[in-house]
Amino acid sequence: MIFFLFFLFQKDLGFFAFSSSTSIIRQEQKCKKTSSKKIVSVVSPQKKPRPSATGSVVLTFFSSIVWDREKIVVIPDHYIFTNDERAHRNVDIAREFCVEQDIKYFYDIQDRSNFRANPDYKGVCHVALAQEGHCRPGEVLFGTDSHTTSAGAFGQFATGVGNTDAAFILGTGKILLKASIIGEISMSGATYKTMEFAGTTIESLSMEERMTLCNMVVEAGGKNGIVAADKTTYKYLEDKTSVPYEPVFSDDNARQVLFLAKYRFDVSKMEPLVAKPHSPDNRALARECNNVKIDRVYIGSCTGGKTEDFMAAAKVFLAGGKTVKVPTFLVPATQKVWMDLYTLEVPGSGGKTCSKIFEEAGCDPPASPSCAACMGGPRDTYGRLNEPQVCVSTTNRNFPGRMGHLEGQIYLASPYTAAASALTGFVTDPRKFL
Amino acid sequence: MALFSAATSTATVLPRNLAFASSLSRSLLRSPRFLSFPTAPRNRASVSIQAPRAQAAASSSASFHGLCYVVGDNIDTDQIIPAEYLTLVPSKPDEYEKLGSYALIGLPASYATRFIDAGETKTKYSIVIAGDNFGCGSSREHAPVALGAAGVSAVVAESYARIFFRNSVATGEVYPLESERRICEECHTGDVVTIELGESRLINHTTGKEYQLKPIGDAGPVIEAGGIFAYARKTGMIPSR
Repeated sequence: MIFFLFFLFQKDLGFFAFSSSTSIIRQEQKCKKTSSKKIVSVVSPQKKPRPSATGSVVLTFFSSIVWDREKIVVIPDHYIFTNDERAHRNVDIAREFCVEQDIKYFYDIQDRSNFRANPDYKGVCHVALAQEGHCRPGEVLFGTDSHTTSAGAFGQFATGVGNTDAAFILGTGKILLKASIIGEISMSGATYKTMEFAGTTIESLSMEERMTLCNMVVEAGGKNGIVAADKTTYKYLEDKTSVPYEPVFSDDNARQVLFLAKYRFDVSKMEPLVAKPHSPDNRALARECNNVKIDRVYIGSCTGGKTEDFMAAAKVFLAGGKTVKVPTFLVPATQKVWMDLYTLEVPGSGGKTCSKIFEEAGCDPPASPSCAACMGGPRDTYGRLNEPQVCVSTTNRNFPGRMGHLEGQIYLASPYTAAASALTGFVTDPRKFL
Repeated sequence: MALFSAATSTATVLPRNLAFASSLSRSLLRSPRFLSFPTAPRNRASVSIQAPRAQAAASSSASFHGLCYVVGDNIDTDQIIPAEYLTLVPSKPDEYEKLGSYALIGLPASYATRFIDAGETKTKYSIVIAGDNFGCGSSREHAPVALGAAGVSAVVAESYARIFFRNSVATGEVYPLESERRICEECHTGDVVTIELGESRLINHTTGKEYQLKPIGDAGPVIEAGGIFAYARKTGMIPSR
């Protein structure tokens, strides 16, 4: 599980319902409604699938020609910066495959001692996909990673699959899929359902913020999350892709008939939360956890390691004006994010970059971009919990052993909360500083 | 339109024993069920995927018999197979076995009876009984593969996370069965159980209780065939070897 395979399909899906549930999905001109009791929904893609392979498994046994060499993206990001031989082997297998199949998009890495020496290497797949212009409204994306849902931020259907499903897509360009309906939430409450985010607050969010939302949908069990494309989306895509796209939207009929539940949130009443060990839905107010002493802070991953996430942390450090009380690990998601930390100025700082602010606050220097310790990894992974310590992390899961040690205590939090906690050495509500 | 032609396989294809016999007679060397690929010479002709031939619903007379291992709710894939073992590639038989030896090693210490005894590579529990949301978290396909490699025939859970369910079916490694109601509190690790697949029934011989399961439905024929590729070939969706 070193890298990810992504498959991207454009709309114009023709499909049949898998199992006996009735499924209705409206697309712009095409609307297929079936309630088949028999098996097989075959989604026929017009466009590309992108594999982001958690899966040398997929590639070692794939003995065919891929369905479309341009609709597959292979992105090494897990277990990159390690001495683990098997981890290296997995990237080698990917490379062999991509060369053999002439895959257009393979973000390779060979020189691990210096990530910048690898011109193609990007880093965390979900962030790289967005930055490289592979996410487009109206398309369908499958990836061999559960957080593929992040791309729903672009108004596309994006969800995770396992390696065998991915291999099936690689060879055939099709997949058996059970279509889903908009649904409700909790850790398993969104299982098999889609979550659509709408409203004035959502409209005010940047693309990266929308990606964070859609990213976490899978922690509610959701099949995918979606934010309708709008001006913000189009602006983001302007300099990233020239591939034509056609956004799709859920229409009013769908809203009235098909939504299983509608949740209204008044954001003005929301307060910073954390997810306490050992589950993403074990939520608590950050301010009520301020007696929890912590051992370290980790800011990174597809969820909380994007440019804006680091900007948020930098703002807190700036406002705090102090140095961190605990080791603070920073892992930019991609090469682009890393560059941004060293070049972009933080508003209100008098011209300082994120990296300068982090340095002055006493954080560890930003590490090589990858998934790093979000999911533990080999023992020599940067930021890994090798002892039973308490860590505030901007990652997405805190199950036992997630970041390494089985008895590690992980508090999931926003970059604001993570930075605030680093400054005090306890779980801290960021409003203390902002 | 689909392109699906074959080149020389880079993996060793081993026939998989699809016996549904008692776990006690499981063959010692197991290979991934989903490993079966066309070996016809490479040819670039495009082949369209056809709708599968109509097929009668599978009425399997399979049954599984053995000891059960009971876990609670929200057993995530990090607990089923921690990330550090994911560099093992299941298509290699020795690594497949190794992967199996780590199944459920991520369970916290509160599970005093471990799933696999120290020094062993296989489990003595061929059936896992679980609560809600089994297999949540990461999409790693290694999760059902590790369970299958360890010797599990079926999981009976109150509910599943979707990617884990899909992966179980696509690989054909374990049957992801659902109970009609919560049974993880009425069964104990070490109970002797039988699952009658065709009747969707679980019998706990130790307690004497019987439980109704939800029928495996459309997923049944796919798992029975040996996973999605075998199934697709069998039903004519993709060309046979």
